Amino acid sequence: MIKLENLTKIYSLGILGRGGIVAVDRVSFEIGNGEIVSLVGESGSGKTTIGKLILRLMKPTHGKIYFMGEEVSRYKPLDYYKGVQGVFQDPFSSFNPVYKVDRVFENVNRYLLDLPKSEFWGKVEESLKSVGLNPKDVFGKYPHQMSGGQLQRVLIARALVIGAKFLVADEIISMLDASTRVDVLNILGELRDNMGLGILFITHDLSLGYYISDSTVIMYRGSVVEMGDTEKVFKNPIHPYTKMLLESVPTLDKRWKPSEEIFRVESGERFFTKGCKYYSRCPFRRKECLSFDGKLRKVEKNHWVACILTGGD
Amino acid sequence: MTAVDILKAESLKVYYRTLHGSVKAIDGVTFEVRKGEVLGIAGESGCGKSTLVNFLVLPKDPMYHAGGKVFLKGKEITSLPKHDLRKIRYEEISIIPQYSMDSLSPTRRIRMIIRDLMREHGKDFDPDLVRERLSMVNLPQSVLNMYPVELSGGMRQRATMVISTLLNPDILIADEITSALDVSTQKFVIEMLLGFMDRKVVSSIVFITHDLSILYQIATRVMVLYAGKIVEIGPMEEVIEKPVHPYTKALIYSLPKMNVRFKERRLKGIPGQPPHLLNPPSGCRFHNRCPLATKRCEEEEPPLVEVGKDHYVYCWEVKV
Amino acid sequence: MREWLKKHDTIYFMLTNKRFVGGMLFILSLILLSLIGPWLARIELGWYIEEAGKRALDPTANIGTPYSPPSPKNWLGTNSFGQDVFLQLVYGLRSSLLVGIIGGGLATVVGLSIGFISGYSGGMVDETLMMLTNIMLVIPTMAVLIIIAAYLPYRGVLIESLIIGLTGWPWTARAVRSETLSLKSREFVHLARISAVRPLKIVFGEIAPNMLSYVFMVFILQFGGSILAAVGLDFIGLGPTRGTSLGIMLQQAVLWNAIQLGMWWWIIPPGAIITALIAALYTVNTGLDEAFNPRLREM
Repeated sequence: MIKLENLTKIYSLGILGRGGIVAVDRVSFEIGNGEIVSLVGESGSGKTTIGKLILRLMKPTHGKIYFMGEEVSRYKPLDYYKGVQGVFQDPFSSFNPVYKVDRVFENVNRYLLDLPKSEFWGKVEESLKSVGLNPKDVFGKYPHQMSGGQLQRVLIARALVIGAKFLVADEIISMLDASTRVDVLNILGELRDNMGLGILFITHDLSLGYYISDSTVIMYRGSVVEMGDTEKVFKNPIHPYTKMLLESVPTLDKRWKPSEEIFRVESGERFFTKGCKYYSRCPFRRKECLSFDGKLRKVEKNHWVACILTGGD
Repeated sequence: MTAVDILKAESLKVYYRTLHGSVKAIDGVTFEVRKGEVLGIAGESGCGKSTLVNFLVLPKDPMYHAGGKVFLKGKEITSLPKHDLRKIRYEEISIIPQYSMDSLSPTRRIRMIIRDLMREHGKDFDPDLVRERLSMVNLPQSVLNMYPVELSGGMRQRATMVISTLLNPDILIADEITSALDVSTQKFVIEMLLGFMDRKVVSSIVFITHDLSILYQIATRVMVLYAGKIVEIGPMEEVIEKPVHPYTKALIYSLPKMNVRFKERRLKGIPGQPPHLLNPPSGCRFHNRCPLATKRCEEEEPPLVEVGKDHYVYCWEVKV
Repeated sequence: MREWLKKHDTIYFMLTNKRFVGGMLFILSLILLSLIGPWLARIELGWYIEEAGKRALDPTANIGTPYSPPSPKNWLGTNSFGQDVFLQLVYGLRSSLLVGIIGGGLATVVGLSIGFISGYSGGMVDETLMMLTNIMLVIPTMAVLIIIAAYLPYRGVLIESLIIGLTGWPWTARAVRSETLSLKSREFVHLARISAVRPLKIVFGEIAPNMLSYVFMVFILQFGGSILAAVGLDFIGLGPTRGTSLGIMLQQAVLWNAIQLGMWWWIIPPGAIITALIAALYTVNTGLDEAFNPRLREM
């Protein structure tokens, strides 16, 4: 449904555009109908930038994004946003504090749908119910009178009212309380199963990705280092970065092992423009890594890795 | 109070003054911090965990002491005047705050910040000690000549770690220090923190977080807070493996683990929302979200029940 | 009422803030004075109206004996020309407040528009507008005012306000721009964008309402700034060519040696009113700052 092709985003520095920060570096992957793909990475990995690029909140420097086979920039905003929607990280900042919550729906009807009032609000109520909210708890409230979990559900309901086919969910539960997190996650899973919604689930939390997603894409500094079926990536991680991440995730069933990774002081860290970006932190690094082209290689069915040490083709 | 208790709080109440009345952020908690342990304090946002430790270190308006006592090494500290509290700070109890960003004066170099701190406590700047401590957290000497803004977030946090522990406090409080970090750095920071205890720089650590799985990695005992009150307190391993309080149970059950997938088994959250602490519910504060709640839970404060060795819960429905 | 106020924190804090309320009361009483001033002057100068017939009260008319100190006949005395100081004061206050409202309002509106557009659109538009703003900032405003004012043979209060308003906006534009920049990256703006809301609607429907308190403060500061600028222009003789103003009163008082002649009633009232007005405006501003900024609120 959504396809990224060599997507690259460089933030230019200064007016003349000398130099720049490569936030997203030649990323390609695909998300199908009724599929949840989790995009996992730490801060600075470019995962949020990819979300913004898909939502057309910024323009890519190179590369293309396709939605239903058509290049994204060819759509009129109106048509595009009827198909592709997003929910963001901070529920309280997603609502304009000076307005009532109803306004996000009003905007939807005013700018996107233009349905008769009664039909539209009927649809809103239905959608609110399908995300487990009582419409009475929503209408007429100000955002600060609701909890973060409720607000995120309102935004998911908003995407449903629009009839979106694809949803970018950027860290949508990272600011919610632990006891209400998993419910929002379950809603995403149900929407996938019942309505065939495609979802890009952006997260830094591997355990959430494992729980909900069909496929996983692991990013490091703008590049995809490993991707494939979630089960394969998590149970048979191959890239040293993925392995390190999986070992560092705190869980309730195992204790941490002492670190293997080379821990460096940030200020002394060098940015290698050539070769593998993980080079400076990698415990298995070799000279050849510096000339690595960064391309993903298939290691098994539905599992790709970008590491010179893999035997894949 | 036994000799191994460094800090002991008895029915401590800490409220906030607001326009609408008092917010009962901490409402009668009793616990102790023992020598040589890492006490984890877990709870969701708004449960009062940060209020509790910030009160212990330095009460600030609009926070105020609404009852109960706190003994630090046998000395009652809630009635101490502000300047005596300042003295205790850094020497006996110290905190690594959640936002280490704001805790360092932006106009002074790290060296000056350290020097000021030492002087305030009547000590001289000891270059060898500082060098040793910096290397413990993997910071180069050069940070001494930098201003806080020149350091990255992670470095600033480690610099704060060094400053907080410079005077070898008995208790070091770490307030959500890992929540803004990436998973890979979390682990390093925690290893460094434990390093302070291994080298006897601090004798106990109080580690606050909303993330139980991080606590599980480091804490010896855990205290679970809900809406300003303790619900369960006990040895870390036992609480995770055999939680007793309905809240702890539901919370642990709701956390995604690396062995559950949506397609195979659904996890369930806790229905409802934590209460507002302006008018907290009567009786047990969890009663309106609790599957086991009875009439009694709504009316009377739950009793303290010992459910195992050193393992207690506040609940009406738990039978020993 | 109290309950309603408690729900609207900002208004509550505004109305319970001593600085805001005190300053505002003072300003309102000055506005009231300027409104009912002519009516008071009719009482004051009843004897003169009887004498001269139903002639309109003209602050430049020679009404009484020159050099007379305050008396029941002339409440604040007369100046060297026999003009009534109280009468001049109320009309002067009127024109000063008018300059404040028109000039300050204009500067606020221009500054806001440029700030919004610049901050929201970014890129070349931003670069160009900010270049313009910075040029306006570094040119000494007083010099520009003098040149413009000197070229106009007939100047009224309105023209003076326009000149002041059109030169006073740059710092507002800069401040509004930076505020817009920070609001622009908030998620509700993203949400509006993916609802296909048009840019102008986003600026005025989503961003601007969050800056209401800020806009109010900006206006208060611009109001005071415009009054001061007008007084400065008047004082060096570039004020309105007809009528009077507080600045013109001061200028004439100094020109005709009021201090040397010991005519305190000519120079102190206009000076005191200007000072008090400006001080009150700044007090209101600090009060607003305390009310709007939760960190400065007192419990």
